[in-house]
Amino acid sequence: MSADAPADTGSRPDPAGHFGRFGGRFVPEALVAALDELTEAHRTAMTDESFRAEFAALLRDYAGTPSLLYPAERLSAKLGARVLLKREDLNHTGAHKVRNVLGQALLTRRMGKTRVIAETGAGQHGVATATAAALFDLECVVYMGEVDTERQALNVARMRMLGATVVPVTTGSRTLKDAMNEAMRDWVANVDGTHYLIGTAAGPHPFPALVRDFVRGIGDEARQQCLDQIGALPDAVAACVGGGSNALGIFHAFVGDPDVRLYGFEAGGEGVTTDRHAASITGGSLGVLHGARTYVLQDADGQTIESHSISAGLDYPGVGPEHAWLHDSGRASYLPVTDDEAMAAFELLCRTEGIIPAIESSHAIAGAAAIAPKLAAELGREPTIVVNLSGRGDKDVHTAGEYFGILGKEQ
Amino acid sequence: MSRIGVAFEKARAEGRAVLVGCMPAGFPTVEGSIAAMTAMVEAGVDVIEVEIPYSDPVMDGPVIQKASDIALAGGVRTADTLRVIEAVAATGAPVVTMTYWNPIERYGVDAFARDLDAAGGTGLITPDLIPEEADEWLAASDAYGLDRTFLVAPSSTDARLAMTVEHCRGFVYATAIMGVTGARAQTSDAAPVLVSRVRQVTDLPVGVGLGVGTGAQAGTVGGYADGVIVGSALIRRVLDAPDLQTGLAGLRTLGAELAEGVRNPVR
Repeated sequence: MSADAPADTGSRPDPAGHFGRFGGRFVPEALVAALDELTEAHRTAMTDESFRAEFAALLRDYAGTPSLLYPAERLSAKLGARVLLKREDLNHTGAHKVRNVLGQALLTRRMGKTRVIAETGAGQHGVATATAAALFDLECVVYMGEVDTERQALNVARMRMLGATVVPVTTGSRTLKDAMNEAMRDWVANVDGTHYLIGTAAGPHPFPALVRDFVRGIGDEARQQCLDQIGALPDAVAACVGGGSNALGIFHAFVGDPDVRLYGFEAGGEGVTTDRHAASITGGSLGVLHGARTYVLQDADGQTIESHSISAGLDYPGVGPEHAWLHDSGRASYLPVTDDEAMAAFELLCRTEGIIPAIESSHAIAGAAAIAPKLAAELGREPTIVVNLSGRGDKDVHTAGEYFGILGKEQ
Repeated sequence: MSRIGVAFEKARAEGRAVLVGCMPAGFPTVEGSIAAMTAMVEAGVDVIEVEIPYSDPVMDGPVIQKASDIALAGGVRTADTLRVIEAVAATGAPVVTMTYWNPIERYGVDAFARDLDAAGGTGLITPDLIPEEADEWLAASDAYGLDRTFLVAPSSTDARLAMTVEHCRGFVYATAIMGVTGARAQTSDAAPVLVSRVRQVTDLPVGVGLGVGTGAQAGTVGGYADGVIVGSALIRRVLDAPDLQTGLAGLRTLGAELAEGVRNPVR
C-alpha cells in the first residue's frame, strides 16, 4: 500500500453488522424494519455522488472542516514527543460530533422523516443534533440523564435555544445509558416518522458503521495533513473512547498503515481496579448492551454496572463494537486514564497551549503523555503522536473549576 | 407437542383464549413474587410469564421498569429467578420466562437452558433477540426441548414474519402496538391485522401483548388471538398497594376479571 493513499480497511462489518464476534442486532423486532430502511438509505447514500457532494459542502461551509492539524510545540516539549493536535474542538458546535449529525440529518431527510430523537451525555451530541435539526427544520427531542442535565446545565440551555425539547431521564442511573434506553423506547413507539440519531459508533447495525462513515473524515484529513505538513505518517494516533466515535473517526484512515500505532484511552475514573470507572474494554467483559454484542461493564448476572467518569461524555458502560473488534484483533490498544490524570492533562494543555480542551479529550492528552516515553524508548527517537482533540472545554469549565477549587470571588 | 401447547389446546377446547399473566421475579421480593404469581394462578390466570429483571429494559414501559428496579435493588439474582420458576411451576400452571438477552448470555446459554428445563420452565420469550442472532439459543432450546417465542410486530415484513414464526416453538408473541409495555385505554387496531397475518404463515398459537389491562380488553383480544398477555396492569396492583397482602388481593380481583374476560370473547 502506498503511503499517500488512504487505506482500504476492508468490508467490515459483514452484511448483518458483525465485526468478528461483535456487533449485530439485539433489538425488539418492531425496530428491525426501521434498521433495514436505514441500512439501505446508508448504503445508497454512500455511493450517491449528490449525497456525498452535499455532505462535503456542509462539512466545509457549515461545520468548518477540514479541522486544523496543529503542531503543539510547548506541549510537545513537556511530553517528549512531537504532538500534533487534530483540532476538532474548532468545528461548529465545538466537537467532532457535528460531522455525524450532519450526515444523519441528511439521511433523515432522504428517508422522508421529519423528527429526530437523540440521547446525550455531556450534551455535546444533543447540541449538535439540535443544531442540525434547526438547520434541516426537523422536530428534535433530546433525552438526557437527569444527573447530566445538572452537571451540563449550559448545554441544556443551548439545546433549548436551538428549538429542541430536552427530556431529563429519571430512570436507572440517570446518565447516558438510561438516556439511550429512553430514546430507544421513543423510537419503538414513533418509528414511522422518526429517526434515532445515535451519537456514537455503538448500537445495533447499521449505526456503528454508519456513524463511522460520517466521522471518518477526521482521520482522512489527519492522514493527509501529516503527509503534507511533516512528510510522513505519525508513529501513533491517540483518542479518547467512550462510545468511541471520535476514536474510530481518526483511527479508520490509519487502520491499514501497520506502522501507525492506534491508542484508545478509556475513562479510568477512580481506577479500573475500583468499581468507579467507565473503561468497558480494559475493565469490562463480553456482553450485549443497547443492541450490540460488545464489551460491557456488568455484574455476574449480566446487569449493567453504573459507570463513573469525571467526563459526562465518557460516562457510558459500553463501547462501540468495532473498537471491541480492533481490541481483540490487536490492531488498536486500549488503556485507561484516571480522572486525576485527565484533569492534570486538562490543566497542562490550558497552560502550555492556551487551549481549554473537553475533559473527554483530556483523556487522550493524558494517554499521549503516558505512552510518549515508551514509544521514544521503543523507536530510539522522539515519537510523533497525532492526538484527536475531539472537543472544546467550555462546557466543562464548571466541573474543572470545582475540581481545581478555583470557583469563588478571590484567588 | 410443545410444552406450553397443552395450555393452548385446553383453552381452545373451551372456546377461549389462554390468559397469560406477567410478573418480574423478585418483585417485590423473591418470596413475594412467588406469592403474587401463585395468587394469579388461583385467580384463573392460565400461564405465568416470569420476567427476569434487567437493568436496561428497552421494551418496557414505566410500570415494569419500576418493578424490575425494585427487584434488582432487592438483590435478585438469576438463580433466584430459576427458584421462582420452579416454585410457580409446582402449582401446575405452565411457566414461560421472558428475558432480555444479556442475563442469559452471561449465565451461559446452554447452562441456562439446562437449569430452566430442570426448574420446569417451558421456554423463553426473548424481546431483544431476533432469530438471526439466536444460533446458540436455537441449539440449546432444541437440546433441552424448550419452547422459544420470538416477537413479531406490525412493522414486520411478510418475509420476516414467515422467517420469525418458523423459528418459534410453543407460541408466537404479537406486539399489538408499536411501543413499549404498559396498559392503555384502548386496545390496538393493528393487533387483529397482525394476528391474521401470522395465521397465514403458521398454525402456532398467537399471543397478543402490550396494552391489555381490563376484562373487557381481554375479551376483545381473546376474540381474535389465542393468548392474551397482561403485565403492567397486574404489576401495578402490587406496585400501588400499601402492603403485599393488599397487592395480592388486588391481583386476585384483576386476575379473576381478566379470566372472566377471556371467557367472554368479543367475536
